[in-house]
Formats: sequence, structure tokens, C-alpha cells
Amino acid sequence: MQAIIDFFSFSDPNIRYVVLGSMLLAASSAIVGVFIVLKKKALIGDAVSHSVLPGICAAFLFAGNKNIPLMIVGAFISGWLAIIIIDFITHNSKIKKDAAISIILTVFFGLGVVMLTYIQHNGYASQSGLESFIFGNAAALIGNDVIVFSIIAIILVITVIIFFKEFELTAFDEPYAKTLGLPVSRLELLLTTLTVLAVVTGITAVGVVLMAAMLITPAAAARFWSDNIKKIVIISACFGAFSGLAGAFISYMAPAMPTGPWMVVASSCIAFFSFFFAPKRGSVFLWWHKRQHIKITDEENILKIFYQIGEPSGYFEGEYSVSKLMEKRTVNQDRFKLALKRLKSKDLIKRVGENWHLTKNGMKESARIVRLHRLWELYLTKYMQMPAHKVHENAEMIEHILTPELEKELEVQLGFPDRDPHESIIPRFK
Amino acid sequence: MISFWIILTGALVAVSAGLLGCFLVLRRMSMVGDAISHAVLPGIVIAFLISGNREPLTILIGASILGLITTFIIEYLHKKAKVQGDAAIGVTYTFLFAVGVILLSLFAGQVDIDQDCVLYGEIAYVPIDTLITASGINLGPRPIYLLGSLLIIIVLFILFFYKQLSLTAFDPGFASAIGISTVLWHYLLMGLVSITTVVSFQSVGAILIINFLIGPPSIAYLITRSLKRMLLYTVIIGILIAFFGYQIAAYLDVSVAGCMAVTTGIIFAACFIYTSYNAKMKKKDIIMNQIPVEV
Repeated sequence: MQAIIDFFSFSDPNIRYVVLGSMLLAASSAIVGVFIVLKKKALIGDAVSHSVLPGICAAFLFAGNKNIPLMIVGAFISGWLAIIIIDFITHNSKIKKDAAISIILTVFFGLGVVMLTYIQHNGYASQSGLESFIFGNAAALIGNDVIVFSIIAIILVITVIIFFKEFELTAFDEPYAKTLGLPVSRLELLLTTLTVLAVVTGITAVGVVLMAAMLITPAAAARFWSDNIKKIVIISACFGAFSGLAGAFISYMAPAMPTGPWMVVASSCIAFFSFFFAPKRGSVFLWWHKRQHIKITDEENILKIFYQIGEPSGYFEGEYSVSKLMEKRTVNQDRFKLALKRLKSKDLIKRVGENWHLTKNGMKESARIVRLHRLWELYLTKYMQMPAHKVHENAEMIEHILTPELEKELEVQLGFPDRDPHESIIPRFK
Repeated sequence: MISFWIILTGALVAVSAGLLGCFLVLRRMSMVGDAISHAVLPGIVIAFLISGNREPLTILIGASILGLITTFIIEYLHKKAKVQGDAAIGVTYTFLFAVGVILLSLFAGQVDIDQDCVLYGEIAYVPIDTLITASGINLGPRPIYLLGSLLIIIVLFILFFYKQLSLTAFDPGFASAIGISTVLWHYLLMGLVSITTVVSFQSVGAILIINFLIGPPSIAYLITRSLKRMLLYTVIIGILIAFFGYQIAAYLDVSVAGCMAVTTGIIFAACFIYTSYNAKMKKKDIIMNQIPVEV
């Protein structure tokens, strides 16, 4: 408990550095990640993060110790090379992109492993520090290293802000961006560079194996909360920063624990939560929405039955039994009874003994649905040139989703018509 | 003798994985193979914790279940939750792999796998784990038997179901039209991929197995236009990679699996350059009408 208080009071300057550093780099990679995800290049991020390993090892072999700036350069070069080779292979042979990514990823990673074992077997004194590049160790973010990584992270964020409009356009509509005269291929190159940089910033805290997740997971999660790209970027950055904080916290509580996996688990939990529960897009929300729609459809169809039975005589207050009502439509009996109950609670129908009849409100409502149905049928025949016998099916679906505004618009467009294509009267209650 | 066992292990891994990988490459699902191979890690660790030893069967079952779950989650996120395909793969497997690594470090004392093993396996230790009969006869390394049986199963699987596998890979629409369930064969293939990953895990680790799954088939894909030859070349290339990879590793005293991956890269580069200068081979794809189909 004391340790938790110590951590969150940020009294120790070392903790401040580690926390700020991890949050900043996680947020910056999450920002770049938004464009990677929007451009459907998530797996490229994966390739880059694995491919920086040989660069890191080469820098270590060259310098003989853990020289952070040199390692960044090494990682940058090998990550960049990997992307270039993948592009070259896919453009110049029949090898598909997925296979090209897999091959380059493993060949580079294999090379990295070879160099890593070479370093281990040749007993370099300070090789222990190299381990943290594999699965990450946020606690290793100390002193000047934090400053170096933070500078890169800030450069990333600033570059994204400067080129925001351009990235936005190319991410959503590349052909359009081209016609506007934007240098699309150079922007692509810039984004590639930013991807590699983002991976490079994360190697200490997250490690090369799981860095891909820090790029794409917050962005994929943020995509579920908004359609506005500015909001997506901000949300993604917040998710990233939160995972960074989680990683730094774990690093403080259990120094021997690799922090990369914890950061990834934190951001994955956010992502899975978003996939299921985000409003408007989450699958639970969609499921609920669909259920709601089915309920309303059931209710409105019952109201229509009352109208249909009453229409020939013009008397809409008749009382009918459930079986009589169900003759008109093939529906599931349980669903039918539940819908009747809901209609009753909405005061649209009333029960008398075993029979049901419409209330005043019910009559208005049933006429409204029939009106929408017939208006839509008329619209389809008049404006879509559809033959009259084909419009019913479509109207059966559309009648449940037409809003009052659309209804008004239809009335105006059609000139307040009296009859639908089947010569039935379009009902209007005053 | 030691080097023979190591090369044999490497070759068995490369051939089993490569044969399955051919169908992954043709289905353009290399990255799903990648995802499965990462994601079986928590399955292996959990099975270890439950069974308390390296009992192969428990671990096989545990990890295969997880492999299938991975496939299922990816499909679910993509189709039902409408997460875009590449992000669904990326999010799922990094999550499961992270859980695996966390479990490993939490139960470091109880689980006899270390992080190096996850990264690049311990193929060099394979000859130590020998199978000795009651009368004391040395029957050779235990993993050889496991990998050998796996290879036999995979070869039989491909021989018997060649038509189904190739049709669902080339023309899923046609396959389902003549009554072959694409979903069933998808999951069967992914199930075998997870089993292969698990069996090979000890030798080459969770990350480099993708090299064996995708590397040899892609090279074969570059140099031939027939599926049967692609399978054959995959076998040859797999054996070559195991042999030369080990020689380089022994010479430099470095990771064997890593060297095998590098060898794959070298062979790939050579074939790539060769086919680039050979315009005939360059863009021609393996096409559907070369598969005999009786309807």
C-alpha cells in the first residue's frame, strides 16, 4: 500500500521521469498508430517492431556498450530497411504482402537473435542491459535516456500536427488527395519514417517484440469511440498514455517484471472494452440496438394488423382475439404476445376479456405506420421507377425507420397524395 | 551424432511447418499463422502449470485449444465486432503473447521455460532429452519422435485431403458450391498450425516458427507454378535450411534457430534475384486450372 502511495505522489524525481517518459512515448506512438490503422497497415507496424532488433545489436557490437543514441540510429536504419525491402518484394514479384511481411520480419528477427546470442556467448560485460530491449523495462528509462526518447516523442507529435491535414486526406481518400496535388508518395514515406521512429521510442519501455501493439491497439480502440479523426487521435493518445502509466507502475512495483507485456495487456483491455461496449459501434451496443429495432418492428406490425382488419369497414375500434390477429401475419407466438404487452403498457391497445382493441392513440399510431408504408411505396414507384407489385417488400422494412422529418419531406415531394400505387387510401388523421 | 540430431530436428520442423505453410501462403493468411504461433504461448504456460511437467499431451491440448481460440477471436472481432482485419490480428495476438510472457515471469520458478526459449528455442538441447528403454538402449532424442509423428500426420492429412485443401485455398466460392465447407477446412488447417507450433516450440521458439511456416513455401512459390511442385520444393528447401543453418550456427557459436532464419533469408534473396532476371517466372501465379477436379 505504502508503495502505491509513494508511486502516485511522484515525490521521487526518478519516478517522475519514468512515468512521464513512458506516458509520453506511449502516447506518441498511439498518435502515429491512428494513421497506420486507418491506412490498414497494422501488420507493417508488427514487422518494423521485430525488425529493429539487428540494428540495436549492431549498435551494441559497434559501441561495445549500451549507447542509446547509437542504438536509436541502428534501430532506425534496420526498421527502415525492413519496410523498404517488404515494399520492394511485393512490387517486384508475385509474393503477396502478408508473406513478404512474415519473411522479412522473421529473417530480420532471426538475424537479431543470432547477433544477440553472439553478444551473449562472447561475454560482453554490460550485455545485461540488452535484455530489456526484448520485453521492455520502463525502470531502465533513466537520466539522459529519458530526455532522448522524450525529444523523439515530441518530434513525432509535432510532425503529426504539422502534417495533420495531409495525413487525414491520404488516410481517408488517397485518390482525392492525389487529384488535389498532394505529394502522396512522399507523405507515405514520411508516415513510414514516423512509424519507425515511434517503434524506436518504445524499445526501452515496451521492448521490440510487443511494440507493434503500442502502435495499433490504442488506435484500433479509439476508432470505436468516434468518427472524427481529431477526436480519434486524442482518444488514442489518452489510451496510450494510460497504458504507459500502467507499465511504469508495474515497473516500480516489481522491478524484475518485463513492463512491455503489462502495457500491452492494459491497452488490450481498453481495446476489448471498446470493441464490445463503445456507444454506437461496440458489439453489445449494436446487439441491443438490433433487439430494440426488432421489438419496435413487432409492435408496429401488430398495429398495422388492426388497421388492415378495420380498413374495409372503416371502423377501427373493433375487438379481436389473439388468434384472429395472428391469422394476418406469420409471426412467433411468444414474440407476438410480448409485443402486445408492450403495446398495452404504451397505452396503444386495450384488453377486454380475451380480446384486444385499439385506443385513440393506437388508432393514430397505426394510421401513421400505414401512411408511411404507402407514402414510401408511392415514392418508390414515382421516383425510383419501380413497378407497383415490387415495392411492398421494401416498404415493409423502411416504414419502421422513417423519421417524422422524412415523412414531411415525402409528403411535400409527392404533393400530399391521396392514394398509393395499389389505389389504397393514404390515411391522414386530423 | 549431436549435430545429426539437431539438423534432423530442424529439418522435421521446417518440413512439417512448411507443408502446412504452403496453404497459408496460398490463402494469404500468413499473418494468421504468425498470430497463432505467438498466441499459443499462454496455452503452453497454463498447461505447464496445470500438469506440472513437460507432459507433451497436456501441453499439446492446452496450446491447440488456444490456437483455435485465437483463430476464433480474430474471426469474431473481424466479422461481428467489425474491427478491421489487420487490426483484429494485431490486437489479438499481441494481447495473448503478452499474457503468456507475464505468466512466464510470474511463475518463473514453476515453469521450466525461460524467455530465451520463447524467443528462439533450445534446439541445441534437443539431443540431451533422450528416450532410453528399460533395458538401457538409447533410442535417440524424444522430440524427434514427437516431430516425426507430427510430420506423418501432416503428410497423410495433405495426401488424403489434397482436393479439399487446394480448392478452399484457390476458389472458396467454388469449393462451397460443390459442398466443401470452407469454415471446417479453415479451422482444421489452423488447428494443425497450432499443434505444429506447439510441437516445434521447444526447438525454435514462438517467434521464429513463422520463418519455418512461411519462408520455405514462399521461396517455392517464387520458383514454381504448380502446387505439387511447390510442396515438393518446400520439403527440399526446408531440409537445406536446417542443414546450412546449423553449419553456420556451429561455426559462429550462435543461436541455431536464428541462423536457420537467416539462411531462409539468403535462399529467398537468391531465388528472388534469379526470378527477377527470369521474366517468364516473374509474375505468373499458381492458377486454379492446374488442380484436377472431379465434380
